[in-house]
Amino acid sequence: MFAYIVRRVLQLIPVFIGATLLIYFLVFAMPGDPIAALFGDKQPTPELLEQLRAQYHLDQPFLVQYWFYLSGIFRGDMGTTFSGQSVNDVLARTLPVTARLAVMSIAIEFVLSIIIGTISALRKGKLFDHGALMAGLVFLSVPVFVLGFVAQYFLAIKLGWFNATVGADNGWNGLWLPALVLGVSLFATSMRLMRGSVIDTMNQDWVRTAYSKGLSRNRVLPIHVLRNSLIPVITNSATNFGVLLVGATVTEAVFNIPGVGNTLYHATLQHEGPTIVSFVTVFVILYVLVNLLVDLLYGLLDPRIRYVK
Amino acid sequence: MKRSKIALASLTLLTAGVIALSGCAGGGGTTGDNGKTNGGGNASAIITVNGNEPENPLIPTNTNEVGGGKILDSVFAGLAYYDGDGKLVNDMAESITVDDPSNLTIKLKKGNKFTNDEEVTADSFINAWQYGAKFSNKQLNSSWFADIEGFDPAKDSELTGLKKVDDYTFTVKLNSPVAADWSQRLGYSAYYPLPSVAFDDMKSFGEHPIGNGPYKLASDSAWQHDIQIDLVKNDGYTGGRQVKNGGITIKFYASQDSAYADLQGGNLDVLDAIPPSAFATFESDLGDRAVNQPAAIFQSFSIPGDAAHFTGQEGELRRQAISLAINREQITKTIFNDTRTPASDFTSPVINGWSDSLAGADVLKYNADEAKKLWAEADAISKWSGSFQIAYNADGGHKEWVDAVSNSIKNTLGIDASGKSYVDFATLRADVNARKIKTAFRTGWQADYPGMYNFLQPLYSTGASSNDTDYSNKQFDALLASGASAADQDTAIADYQKAQEILLKDLPAIPLWYSNVTGGFGKGVNNVTFGWNSVPLYYEITKG
Repeated sequence: MFAYIVRRVLQLIPVFIGATLLIYFLVFAMPGDPIAALFGDKQPTPELLEQLRAQYHLDQPFLVQYWFYLSGIFRGDMGTTFSGQSVNDVLARTLPVTARLAVMSIAIEFVLSIIIGTISALRKGKLFDHGALMAGLVFLSVPVFVLGFVAQYFLAIKLGWFNATVGADNGWNGLWLPALVLGVSLFATSMRLMRGSVIDTMNQDWVRTAYSKGLSRNRVLPIHVLRNSLIPVITNSATNFGVLLVGATVTEAVFNIPGVGNTLYHATLQHEGPTIVSFVTVFVILYVLVNLLVDLLYGLLDPRIRYVK
Repeated sequence: MKRSKIALASLTLLTAGVIALSGCAGGGGTTGDNGKTNGGGNASAIITVNGNEPENPLIPTNTNEVGGGKILDSVFAGLAYYDGDGKLVNDMAESITVDDPSNLTIKLKKGNKFTNDEEVTADSFINAWQYGAKFSNKQLNSSWFADIEGFDPAKDSELTGLKKVDDYTFTVKLNSPVAADWSQRLGYSAYYPLPSVAFDDMKSFGEHPIGNGPYKLASDSAWQHDIQIDLVKNDGYTGGRQVKNGGITIKFYASQDSAYADLQGGNLDVLDAIPPSAFATFESDLGDRAVNQPAAIFQSFSIPGDAAHFTGQEGELRRQAISLAINREQITKTIFNDTRTPASDFTSPVINGWSDSLAGADVLKYNADEAKKLWAEADAISKWSGSFQIAYNADGGHKEWVDAVSNSIKNTLGIDASGKSYVDFATLRADVNARKIKTAFRTGWQADYPGMYNFLQPLYSTGASSNDTDYSNKQFDALLASGASAADQDTAIADYQKAQEILLKDLPAIPLWYSNVTGGFGKGVNNVTFGWNSVPLYYEITKG
């Protein structure tokens, strides 16, 4: 088990170098002059432009720029933004906000999909099942920003149940509305997977054995059925994590959440190389780590799935 | 929850989405608001206003965008400020005297202090300006000191034109005779004074600026990056911008849509930028709390001076024909819901000296017959070939009007005209700066200070910094120079208006419209006046 984890973590190194190199190349290939854009419609003197370019190594060839970035990383310094803030600080400030949002969204997705999926399975073909299917399809097909605007307009502006935006109120409590929007936008697939999985499991021999032993439904359902039905849902949640990071960028704009999505969006507009590369790389690493976590969870849920020592 | 309720809820949400998407949701008022109707306003109320995370540390000479500018203007007080009508009013200055076209004498009021108790003296200004002008300090606003004697744009040099007479008096010697206009610029943030502590560690000062203005930072941690900045009234400020509220909280928004949602939801008191998605509805949403008035923003598109068919006599005819072929009235109404005002000159209605009756201004009115006639005359000189394109940056919401203007030209003149999209602003500017662009391209100008000279000199005078089309006209240059050194405002304005009449003939840029400032405020919020620069005068706002 331990060797397996070490091997998986070591895999991060090539992933890291590959991802940063690729993203750095893409940023480098972006057209336009980010420093000139700092001056808006006005034109600075060529000398001042040169000096500012030199400050951010923008006058160097691609590999030299990348080397400056990489050697900074080894010193624990991810570079500075055009506004002179350290990328480390920006990341330390924004990542927890997005992480809270992601955790809440996944929790909402999880709870919704397990409850609704299970009830749907138990009432297969009945009204609830059809209603859940329809709701799921709606939430799945409506783009997350539309869902966000609609929720913001009705739940926050019209009904006043939530604040319309997050801003400074970015603790757990302030994030309910965007987390709900993200969670709901994700839950459809997990819910359907859960439903199918529960129906499958209910027909297994061991479930019938459990019932024939006289166990009550309250005992069979959680222990024998649900635990065995969770694996596809968990796998799906890991994949959803990627979707969540993308969705977060959009949701953060709608609800004005000071998280990584917002920062990344602005950095991209301004061609801020170090910020873009660092943030995207963190996304990649998080994605790999979450998948590792999921692989390990399998072993806990189903003892038959174990990894070589 | 009962099953039918879930199915019902999903149906409701679906219907709601459809209604919202089809735009039928307009007309709704706002819900809850924290202000109760009350006459005078609460002197300790904190006003929440919209803003953006400053792009740079809060150093006056290094901030050239609105987000940081709003904060600096509140935290600092310069020699003078611009009032609601854009008029220059002395603030720290006792007097600003133009001695001759190249020399000024500035006298300061005594007893003004920074919030760390340091007195504001001549040195506070001289040292701040020297710092801002020094090449190796790489300040984005360094060009604001270019007219002072001793300035060098390419290497470190001292502003030899700044001379301290005594603690409260200094003189400025300029390297060109523009003192009359130069004195009008002194309300701009680049000219703010700095306390001596700033020069110990400018980086740290930029995070926690210590100013002398109507507001000060509420605490050491008042600036929460990407979230908001909290300012409170500075009781030590004695100038003319006396604060009528307890303070302002400037909330940073990544998108105007979320700021508008907050205004509607009652979590924001004053908004100075309505998102384009709400242009059609905000006036009915907000009623008399909606603001829609011209701002100091001039929009145009420019045709490169050496573009094929656009030089000499032929070019003059074609430029005029194209201008006459654009239906500005209709486009501002249909595309912008009247949040733009058709242009009648090269400045803006909020600027003293603006005019809608300049000789030759007819060229800015839609006139299909005249356009066709001029185009045919140009064809007689040299037959038109190719297509007419207007380049724009796709990240700025320009596509709609560029398409509309192109169509207007196409339908009137019967030529092929279209928009040419650039992926973003930086890319467009790179091509413009390198003079690689061969088509027409969108241009715009937001004034730095409320003076006509600022709308004309940087854009159209020979060799000027933002003269994207390399336009050059000796007569125009002479009129501008004469205006900038004129002894009184009226003479200057007459010169600038004559200069514009030349532009109306040559049309280096085709004027389109002035952007309006669109905004709104919450219930219970009063005395919201938008300044010449589209930013509300925060100190006047009252609530509760």
